[in-house]
Amino acid sequence: MNLDADTLRILGIVKDSFFPLLIAGVKFTIPVAVVSFILGSIVAMATALARISKYKSLNLISSFYVWIIRGTPLLVQLFIIFYGLPAAGITMGALTAAIIGFTLNVGAYNSEVIRAAILSIPKGQWEAGASIGMTHTQALIRVILPQAARVSVPPLSNSFISLVKDTSLAAAITLTEMFQIAQQITASTYEPLVLYCEAGFIYLLFCTVLSILQQKIEKKLERYVAR
Amino acid sequence: MINIQNLHKSFGDNEILKGIDLQIAKGETTIVIGPSGSGKTTLLRCMNLLEVPNKGTISIGDNELVFGENKKPTDKEIITLRKNTGMVFQGFHLFPHMTVVENIMEGLVTVLKQSKKVARDKALKLLDKVGLLEKSDSYPHELSGGQQQRVAIARAMAIEPSVLLFDEPTSALDPELAAEVLKVMKELSLEGMTMVVVTHNMSFAREVADNIIFIDNGIIAYKGTPEQLLSNTTNERIKHFLNLVSD
Repeated sequence: MNLDADTLRILGIVKDSFFPLLIAGVKFTIPVAVVSFILGSIVAMATALARISKYKSLNLISSFYVWIIRGTPLLVQLFIIFYGLPAAGITMGALTAAIIGFTLNVGAYNSEVIRAAILSIPKGQWEAGASIGMTHTQALIRVILPQAARVSVPPLSNSFISLVKDTSLAAAITLTEMFQIAQQITASTYEPLVLYCEAGFIYLLFCTVLSILQQKIEKKLERYVAR
Repeated sequence: MINIQNLHKSFGDNEILKGIDLQIAKGETTIVIGPSGSGKTTLLRCMNLLEVPNKGTISIGDNELVFGENKKPTDKEIITLRKNTGMVFQGFHLFPHMTVVENIMEGLVTVLKQSKKVARDKALKLLDKVGLLEKSDSYPHELSGGQQQRVAIARAMAIEPSVLLFDEPTSALDPELAAEVLKVMKELSLEGMTMVVVTHNMSFAREVADNIIFIDNGIIAYKGTPEQLLSNTTNERIKHFLNLVSD
């Protein structure tokens, strides 16, 4: 096979850049996504419960939070946290800012997922719990949430996969995650097409693994499903 | 055992129960019949406070609850009354994410705080009683409707309520499956369980009931033994109803 000099040069760039990108992905993209998703899910659960609670003030606060976060772009939120808040005397590193931004975002979106999942469980399940003497909280924890969890796996997986890709936005607030590294290498090699496709490919790789994981979890939870 | 006085329940402007008075002695099986929309199910649901009455008194065992304009039971009072009553639903409502034995253990472990071992032993005994011991590790969806309802009966009995309430327990079942559920219920009745059963199954009523009450338009229109009510009634309204549901 006779490869010309240009092709060889590009292959060399791909070879040299692949591992730095992958490492940035494993060291930043994945941990930032995982940490934000876990924290965000806790926020989401609290928000969902607040939204369906009988206390008006909790409904109001949680609805307001969801309204603000869903109604403004994630990139704008990250800019406010990282570039805006220092003007108000609150300064933090790019990593902290990114995790806070993503957590708030995940919290708002997933709260709707969890709320819908809870509301999808038939009323008879609450009543069955109540009829054997359970308190509202016991019925929620023992009867409703385990069933709601199953219903929420597909939409929560969706949200997690989205988040993995959205972490690329943190490049804009100076976090050296995978996409930021791709930008840096592009700046020195002048090969944007190659580098950005490469970064895209690694995101695709991550998301493929996550999709397979999702199927495994769904399969595991399937065993008790009637209908 | 059960004493209900002047019980009223409305949904919005729609008054469903218009002053129910009902006494049931320990060990009696009371069958509740009546046209649909007459308030049978609402009465039953009031008895374990799945619906909170607007007015009246309910006492079951040692618990007496009074309802009125400004009188609502506390959560604690509600729970205490519910521990004293077991409910079997038309739609079974087993917990789909738990095995059969776990369904029955749930009330013992979560509500009565018994150890899993004690609870499991008791659950298995109850399963044996309803004839489903070999299904203990199945999930509800793997059972027939009749089997699910028998598990639901065992679940309701597990916390040892002093009265069992049945809300049309066989209406969702075909006759063959209904028969196996009715057989279990008949055994319980013979053993002296206090039971209140809403049903349209007249042959079961005739066979098992100590008393039958006929609810019409939110009041108890007639109360009597099966013989009195089913055989010799002169009340035209009841005769008409019995003709409609006769098997």
